[in-house]
Amino acid sequence: MPTSPETLTEARRLRDLFAAKGGRVIKADVLQPAGTLLDLYGEDIRARSYLTADPLRGEMVLRPDFTVPVVQMHMESRADPARYTYSGKVFRKQEEDETRANEYVQVGYEVFDGQNPAAADAEVFAAIADGLSGLPVRAATGDIGVLMAAVRGLNTTDARKAALLRHIWRPARFRALLKRFGSGAVAPSRVALLAADDPFASVTSDIGLRSRAEVEARIAALRADAVAPPIAKDEIGLIDAILNLRETATNVLSALRDIAVDMPAIGDAVTRMDARLAALDARGVDVAALEFEGSYGRTSLEYYDGFVFGFYAVDRPELPPVATGGRYDALTAQLGQGRAVPAVGGVIRPDLALEIRTC
Amino acid sequence: MLKLGVPSKGRLMEKTFDWFGARGVTLRKSGSEREYAGAVDGIDGIELVLLSAGEIPRELAAGNIHLGVTGSDLVREKLANWDARVATLAPMGFGGADLIIAVPQAWVDVSTLDDLDAAAAAFRRTHGFRMRIATKYHRLVREFLRDQGVADYQLIDSQGATEGTVKNETAEAIADITSTGETLRANGLKILDDGLIHASQATLFRGRRNDWTNEQRVELTALLRVLDI
Repeated sequence: MPTSPETLTEARRLRDLFAAKGGRVIKADVLQPAGTLLDLYGEDIRARSYLTADPLRGEMVLRPDFTVPVVQMHMESRADPARYTYSGKVFRKQEEDETRANEYVQVGYEVFDGQNPAAADAEVFAAIADGLSGLPVRAATGDIGVLMAAVRGLNTTDARKAALLRHIWRPARFRALLKRFGSGAVAPSRVALLAADDPFASVTSDIGLRSRAEVEARIAALRADAVAPPIAKDEIGLIDAILNLRETATNVLSALRDIAVDMPAIGDAVTRMDARLAALDARGVDVAALEFEGSYGRTSLEYYDGFVFGFYAVDRPELPPVATGGRYDALTAQLGQGRAVPAVGGVIRPDLALEIRTC
Repeated sequence: MLKLGVPSKGRLMEKTFDWFGARGVTLRKSGSEREYAGAVDGIDGIELVLLSAGEIPRELAAGNIHLGVTGSDLVREKLANWDARVATLAPMGFGGADLIIAVPQAWVDVSTLDDLDAAAAAFRRTHGFRMRIATKYHRLVREFLRDQGVADYQLIDSQGATEGTVKNETAEAIADITSTGETLRANGLKILDDGLIHASQATLFRGRRNDWTNEQRVELTALLRVLDI
């Protein structure tokens, strides 16, 4: 099913559709060097992808998606703006649910255009919606950028903000950090460490690459954190309010405007969302009915850092999303060695599109 | 006939023989001391298969053996979705060992996973690569650290002498099995306060494949009655 002739025909139709919208058709190798992905995503990628050892090239991976190769290709071409479309198989290990496909086709549309990010967001969303037109799907949307702006706007130390931003995509650890920064309560071991006259008194061996200076630097950071005042309850309440938003996009926008009164730091992100909704509206999307969730997109692979969306089969909640996408500006900065290009894209799974069409 | 897989050598084999013996089922090696053939007395329909403890999870999942004795850590490490593929019949009360995360004693600033995560972030900034944790329990460690929200680490494969990897600077921390912690201390390492990943012990498992014959099901019921489990 995931790669049947019907699926490949549907994939071709979608790719032609995206090409007609201006996407240049590109291809990527099935076998990719693993180093970049491992550095970006860490061990999670091992659990999700097929890695193999090449005797000369080192660790290789069957591409788990097209995003990284497409970004690399774009960064080398230096074309700007650029639109791409592609169609091909991706490979994902399924360790928990054997019924989920481990090899399936993705058809994507990616836009690298910094002129008008709101318009680019709307363009990609509308292109994916067009590919799925007539299907029983509902769209869910979110905006990681609002949450990141809220964290940056907290009235606390840069170290705490950096720690929270690092864990935006790990909700449990994010919650634990927020609780600790809000209460000032730390583990007894840390209390003892900071109270000790000589923290190194009991150390008899010094091994490993992490040096004494690094340990001392962290103790200094812990001392600084211990005297920093806790994050105010009101501010934590605002973060919670953003995370708990679950409403239509227009209602969320007005709620965010209220929150921005107490937290001006999210003002720019709210303005961007406003512009995006206007751009979506201009493309015929019914934004008054569009679902928005404040915490949507936090458990995906950590590269989306702005607008995020997914399309789900209305009557088949057990299916994976039929299409997903979002903005990944930070990824281009990481892969571009300092050169960043605003980028947004989305992918459709033609096999799932066909499955819900026929039922 | 039900095939019962038991570790083929060492203390684990002896303790397994003792455990079954105390419950009226005699397991023994047949033939010479070096031969991996076994016999079962005291109950009918059970065939003894001696094999490496590390292979027992795989053979159980494949249905090549029906029952097996091995460490609960090995089943969780070697089988994805382990509890859908094998069922626990009885923890056996021996072969206990803890899979833990240990870091150098000199890391006085690191006592918890929260500390480890923060140290890993700083380490990556300073050294340009992810903090290396040496282990042979990749699945268990990765799932544990993911659930705990630890980032910026990488796992380095170490199939033996894992405690020495930190001193050799091929890893910054380790995740390994320990029973007393003696080897860890001797190698300048300490266990994180909340670094217990799994408390393992020898366990009797059955495979969950549904192609068992009626005869085999009756034999299992009879065995469980004799063993009083």
